[in-house]
Amino acid sequence: MDYKIYVRVRSETDIDGNVLPTHIIWSDDRVFPVDRVLDVQRRASTKAGGLGMRYTVRIHGKERYLFFENPRWFVEGK
Amino acid sequence: MGRIILHCDLNGFYASVECFYHPELRAFPVAVAGDPELRHGIILAKNGIAKQYGVKTGEAIWQAREKCPGLITVKPHFELYQKHSRLARMIYTEYSDRVESFGPDECWLDLSGRVDSMQAGQRTADEIRRRIREELGITVSVGVSFNKIFAKLGSDYKKPDATTVISEDNFRQIVWPLAASEMIYVGKATTRKLARFGIHTLGQLAVADPQALRGLLGKNGVMLWRWANGQDYAAVRQYQAEPAVKSIGNSTTAPHDIVSDDDLRITLHLLCESVASRLRDQGYRCGTVQIHIRDKTLFVYERQAPLPYPAGDAESLFHAAYKLASRHNLREHPVRSLGVRACALVDDKVTQLSIFPEIQRMQKQEELERAMDDLKNRFGAKIVQRGLMLTDRKMSALDPKRDHTVHPESYFR
Repeated sequence: MDYKIYVRVRSETDIDGNVLPTHIIWSDDRVFPVDRVLDVQRRASTKAGGLGMRYTVRIHGKERYLFFENPRWFVEGK
Repeated sequence: MGRIILHCDLNGFYASVECFYHPELRAFPVAVAGDPELRHGIILAKNGIAKQYGVKTGEAIWQAREKCPGLITVKPHFELYQKHSRLARMIYTEYSDRVESFGPDECWLDLSGRVDSMQAGQRTADEIRRRIREELGITVSVGVSFNKIFAKLGSDYKKPDATTVISEDNFRQIVWPLAASEMIYVGKATTRKLARFGIHTLGQLAVADPQALRGLLGKNGVMLWRWANGQDYAAVRQYQAEPAVKSIGNSTTAPHDIVSDDDLRITLHLLCESVASRLRDQGYRCGTVQIHIRDKTLFVYERQAPLPYPAGDAESLFHAAYKLASRHNLREHPVRSLGVRACALVDDKVTQLSIFPEIQRMQKQEELERAMDDLKNRFGAKIVQRGLMLTDRKMSALDPKRDHTVHPESYFR
């Protein structure tokens, strides 16, 4: 069982340098648009064993955590 | 209003970081240990489960396995520990500019003037604990007190992830029942000496006659007596106020025991080259060379000798170190680990020009070694080396300057 799943991410950087993810791309090339970023905090993922900025995002109406562990992005496995 | 000082101690630091990055290890007893192949096989840190089995930091892997057969040992990843250590310090500096680190996993914070009571200090401590847990995924124990010594005792008092307040009102109840050896600077030898006087706890130390302690332990006796009574007035240093370096040293445990003169010379050359190179990097020369020898039976001693002139070249350091070390009887007492330290440092920008050929030779040698430093930095440590190193490649594989080493710190700087 994978605890830590690295994902491809499309993101947008605003003029202040804030990075916001816009799309998550799964390993089978399915693209999930991020409806909204609800929260950004510096957090550790105990479940996956990684740390960095944690984005709470809404995708298809569901809330998920997306971590930016500079320079890679990951999500927590089930 | 007294001071309010926090001491934050990251619990089982190396092991916690390893378990954080490897969730699959968390259910097992885990220890971070050096490489037994290179005879660095001692326990550097253990997790809570291994601790329950009685695994101790500093013991050999086989000793730990006897107590805990299922122990999983992992190799250290210092770059991860440095990252966590840096992130923890970043959190601390949000609460004070007076943050003094004591090794990679411990820090003092002075909150005086920022919070107005021990209770407020405790609230800050709890907040720091929560943030370390949430942001770094590891735990920290915090001691809150009116001096650095008691704050440190407080962070040891309850682990993991706990806050202990030791105030002027309760320190007699909390500190005094503790074993004397719990306090910093009460090591094995001091514990033994104190025990001969019937002093086993910090309370007994605190009520002992300071003059008698001076007779027993010298001026340190009085210092320890003051500390046990809460009279430690040392300041928490400003963040990144780097103390002036007092000495630069490297030591190593050789891949096999040092039994021959060649082994000794290889190891000393490597250590001296590293020390000299670090001296030059930091702009120093040294007036004294010190060696440290640990033999096969783990008996340790140190010897030192002054140099005729302050030197910053490996050649001069080597001659002094070799002269000291060659008095050791290798045949009867093979050497397990060896250290070289440069003391009595002086700035290398002020040089006494000399008409004496010795000094001119030394300066020429230093120039040569600077050129070698350059080559090594660009092409790796092996690009230029002594012919002697080729006689025993295993022995000469060591690179003390570039390999990671953690130096124990002193409370007095």
